[in-house]
Amino acid sequence: MTIDTVAFWIFTTTLMVLTAATVVGQMLRRQTEIGVNPAVVEQFNLRIRSWWLLTAMLAVGSLSDSPQVTVWLFAGLSFWALREFVTLTPTRVADHRTMFWVFFVFTPLHFYLVAKGLYEAYTVMIPVYAFLFIPARTALAGDFKRYLERCATIQAGLMICVYSLSHAPALLSLDIEVAHEKYNSFRLLLFFFIIVALSDAFHYVCEKLLGKHPIAPAISQNKTWEGFLGGMGSASLCGMALYGTTPFEPAEAAMMAAIISSMGYAGGLTMSAIKRDRGVKDYGTLLVGHPGVLDRIDSICFAAPVFYHVTRYLTN
Amino acid sequence: MVEKFSDKALQFAARAALVAFARFISGASVRWIQSQPDVNQRVYFANHTSHLDAIVIWSLLPPHVRALTRPVAARDYWEKGRLKPYLAKHVFGALLIDRTNIKVSRSPVDMMLHEMGDRWSLIVFPEGHRNTGTEIDEFKSGLYYMAKKRPDLELVPVHIDNLNRVLPRGEFLPVPLLSCVTFGPPIWLEAGELKVDFLRRAREAVRRLKDI
Repeated sequence: MTIDTVAFWIFTTTLMVLTAATVVGQMLRRQTEIGVNPAVVEQFNLRIRSWWLLTAMLAVGSLSDSPQVTVWLFAGLSFWALREFVTLTPTRVADHRTMFWVFFVFTPLHFYLVAKGLYEAYTVMIPVYAFLFIPARTALAGDFKRYLERCATIQAGLMICVYSLSHAPALLSLDIEVAHEKYNSFRLLLFFFIIVALSDAFHYVCEKLLGKHPIAPAISQNKTWEGFLGGMGSASLCGMALYGTTPFEPAEAAMMAAIISSMGYAGGLTMSAIKRDRGVKDYGTLLVGHPGVLDRIDSICFAAPVFYHVTRYLTN
Repeated sequence: MVEKFSDKALQFAARAALVAFARFISGASVRWIQSQPDVNQRVYFANHTSHLDAIVIWSLLPPHVRALTRPVAARDYWEKGRLKPYLAKHVFGALLIDRTNIKVSRSPVDMMLHEMGDRWSLIVFPEGHRNTGTEIDEFKSGLYYMAKKRPDLELVPVHIDNLNRVLPRGEFLPVPLLSCVTFGPPIWLEAGELKVDFLRRAREAVRRLKDI
């Protein structure tokens, strides 16, 4: 997708914001005497780094005319997230061949279908065909211990890390017309990521400043109603302000931002629950030294498919 | 021995490809704990969980150390087929040991020490077979005799985590999960230390790296 003037300005602003955030983060890291918790600064810097990476991915994708490049870059991201997810889950030796299919057949095939823009095919391939294939192949291996749990975790990994995430680059193949002119859907992808990033940031700030009532205290003390509502409200305002870059009306853009924000929050909560269950704090600490891709993209995974489908409905 | 330039180029390319492949498929992160990569003569001893173990440890060493390090591997496995013997002989320079036909006159330990000379480092798996459980099995005595005959060698414990899920026993296609390889501080045979004590200490040196 080539970028137009609007997309160019969005990019430039993003670069400036990221640069400013990087400078602040590095300054906080050096100045230890201000009394900011170093762990918080470290988290902040990691987040900034992952946003740099995503921006770079989108920038590379924007250089090409077809959505293919962006789609395959996201395929790489999916692949890495899936590695983390499956590494975390307690599979058994009998699941080995099933996992081989998941990694080397279903994942590439799904992204191939997304790159080709074959909506009818990629919407059902994983939720129907892979969903049925996984338990059948695992049963063939003949180990019934915790059978349903093992199948379900592999299915969940494929759905969250591959199927859901792939709906972000799939936005590029939407055919949208605004005032009888073709709309450049790369802008929509940028809108999506900016709202996800801002909403993550607002959630965090609102939690720190106002957070009192945890939504699910057993799962996370940090996720509060105040953070959720504050984040959603601020994200909606930003969405409305950015409506000019989208094919939506101002009210629609605000609603879309609210959807992205609340789904992103749900994603964070879900991943926290999974991590709690497996007894790790971050996917990054699961095996020491890994960066933890899944920690960074949990909100994207949950927001992307819903945003995709609502956009499809609104612009049809 | 004079090698043709094209052979050397092929060998170089194959080596780079193998290292890239091993690092990618194992998703391995590497940690050096109270230990540094070095070109001193060493014996890296690790828990054995997968056929990939030797190649992955070898790939994770820095290039100048890797160039001086040879994995010790089972002859019966690596001499089968066409690709495996090529890889073992020309790419990662494995030292192949006969597991089935051990002669008293030429014990594996003597052969390893002879091949090492004053140049090579080795990667060994003292459990002697791939372990299927979560616990590390008793170590065979070879490591003790190596330490006794060559007290100058640094014995570096290596712990491999999760690689058995990447390529479990009996499977031939790897699944790219993430693994972790940890190098620990070297140990030596203490003066007057008994064989059982030394082997237990060596095993513990590997085991404790899991929890650090």
